[in-house]
Amino acid sequence: MTAVRNETEIDIGEAGEFAGPLPGAGAPHLPQQPDLVQLLTPEGERVEHPGYPLEVSDEELRGFYRDMALVRRWDAEATALQRQGELGIWASLLGQEAAQLGAGRALEDGDMAFPTYREHGVAWARGVDPLHVMSLFRGVDNGGWNPVERSFGPYTIVIGAQCLHATGYAMGIQRDGAESAVLAFLGDGATSQGEVNEAMVFAASFAAPVVFFCQNNQYAISVPLERQSKVPLYHRAAGFGFPGVRVDGNDVLAVLAVTRAALRAAREGQGPTFIEAFTYRMGAHTTSDDPTRYRLADEVEEWKLRDPIARLKAYLSRSGLADAAFFEGVDAAADELAVRIRSGTVEMPDPPPTAMFDAVYAEQTPHLAAQRAQFEAYQAGFDGGAE
Amino acid sequence: MSAELLDAPATRTLTIGKALNDGLRRAMEDDPKVVLMGEDIGRLGGVFRITDGLQKDFGEDRVVDTPLAEAGIVGTAVGLAMRGYRPVVEIQFDGFVFPAYNQIVTQVAKLHARSRGAMPMPIVIRIPFGGGIGAVEHHSESPEAYFAHTPGLKVVAVSNPVDAYWGIQQAIACPDPVVFLEPKRRYWDKAPVDTSGTPEPLFGARIVRGGDDVTVLAYGPMVKTALQAAEVAAGEGRSLEVVDLRTLSPLDLDPVVDSVRRTGRCVVVHEAPVTLGLGAEIAARVTEACFHSLESPVLRVGGYDVPYPPSKLEEAYLPDLDRVLDAVDRAMEF
Repeated sequence: MTAVRNETEIDIGEAGEFAGPLPGAGAPHLPQQPDLVQLLTPEGERVEHPGYPLEVSDEELRGFYRDMALVRRWDAEATALQRQGELGIWASLLGQEAAQLGAGRALEDGDMAFPTYREHGVAWARGVDPLHVMSLFRGVDNGGWNPVERSFGPYTIVIGAQCLHATGYAMGIQRDGAESAVLAFLGDGATSQGEVNEAMVFAASFAAPVVFFCQNNQYAISVPLERQSKVPLYHRAAGFGFPGVRVDGNDVLAVLAVTRAALRAAREGQGPTFIEAFTYRMGAHTTSDDPTRYRLADEVEEWKLRDPIARLKAYLSRSGLADAAFFEGVDAAADELAVRIRSGTVEMPDPPPTAMFDAVYAEQTPHLAAQRAQFEAYQAGFDGGAE
Repeated sequence: MSAELLDAPATRTLTIGKALNDGLRRAMEDDPKVVLMGEDIGRLGGVFRITDGLQKDFGEDRVVDTPLAEAGIVGTAVGLAMRGYRPVVEIQFDGFVFPAYNQIVTQVAKLHARSRGAMPMPIVIRIPFGGGIGAVEHHSESPEAYFAHTPGLKVVAVSNPVDAYWGIQQAIACPDPVVFLEPKRRYWDKAPVDTSGTPEPLFGARIVRGGDDVTVLAYGPMVKTALQAAEVAAGEGRSLEVVDLRTLSPLDLDPVVDSVRRTGRCVVVHEAPVTLGLGAEIAARVTEACFHSLESPVLRVGGYDVPYPPSKLEEAYLPDLDRVLDAVDRAMEF
């Protein structure tokens, strides 16, 4: 239970190799990248990393392309639906598809994931129906999936709170003697939260099988990373006593390899890892945000050159793993998905007014039952009564 | 025969502290999913020794000395609950619950609703509460209204060893999160506890002394104060009915309403500041239910609307039997 981590067995976090410069890496506002794990360059060239050998089948590679393209199409449709008044708000994942699908696909049966509110790609990987995510942003419920059945926790909007849940869940795995691990999602802003730091203290202290997966998308709404940390985020892990690694968050293969290794180490009793997926939020924080007020168009243009989907498409095309028919097929599937999401969202019925009284407690209290009855009687007083 | 002789007698005289310890032990024996978490609860047995000896008998995985971080304790308890455990967390002192307030209010209270029942939160948050022990700042507070105001939580306050013994077990068995308030200055009060008996329901008020003139409501440490006041009042020819509310969320006001309809007068006593305290809610509800029976307004006796004072002043701050009797006088003379 309180396994002491044998430092010599750690095969993660040894990412010292320089995997080649990224476009824009010399730009003054972007940090240097000597420690970035990368397996697929922005140009779509497959490179090796000694710390992270990855065997991935052609079918898996095509699957990643398909996943990312469909999730991006879903994201675009959701943004459009918000603009048309069909969603209250939408938190776009544009640009973070590789980080989310790579991490989501690294999970195995028995593993558990704890998302923020932007992990639509992870939701997709966990088999969550997109409409169950849309219902949250439409205001129908707080997320329609069953978090236990899908092994994908509820979206958590208070920043960082889920990291403690993930750590506690991992402590439960230890007590069950199970060989499973937990993936806790967080953003760069969340690393400033006390609860996130407490989660890392607890995880380290108990060697809990939890991996902290931080998507550093460079901004916490408008505030740049520099306000959150004076050191690279993955360096924080050392202070807690476990490995930290920075991975190219726009490289789905590198994210898969690094997350897999960290989850495996966790399952084997080696304790937590902090992964910093270095990425960029291409869109606004949410549909309520205006990023032109706090960042330069040049910066966005630079990051477009590192697009996670374009680089995989280039690799698949160049290496003959996918042809035009494949890409057309994915486009058609994406359009079908968009139609399903659109119609499913627009046709989503409002919940009955009494739904707010449901599930407040596992055992309803007499007081709340009386309040509900009073509400129903009040509603029934109108023409047509309560629906 | 010899086994029976070795068995502890069913009825024993226990302090509140020991009754809690025995209740926790029995809950841990009954359900292997019960896990205790908190600061100094293991080797030390807790600063009030409520968990004394439990780590020795149940091990470090079930009685967990945590890092010193209250949000961390409650937040990891949430995760354990999601994994099927029944965490019982100890907040060392009432004033230290606030670092965990976010987890309690935004997560513990809401996760059952957020997950539409898929993730119940059978967590017990034990808090030694109230003043009267001559302590420094943050060690004497009464935070119950914050939690009673929060939908999704249940809040109870025990006043005696019998309720402590059974109540902690019932709270642990409850599928909902329970904030379990322990009257720290009464930890050493004793009473016979029949551990073979059948407990009363956790979420119910109880009339602990019958009377005709004024209904006095109290919970936690103030029940004893109210009973002392009733004793003195009896000597002066006044008959007080004392109700131990026991549960603060949900409130069980049926016996209170029955009582006030008979007495026509009601005084609510608590240590917490009166403004927007439990007494305010109770006064509103009792007034609504008993309007035509009331001979005087529902009166509140509580802490003043000041930060809990340094200990040399707490005697002046805390309600005592004289302040209860003063309110009774005002109710009678209204």
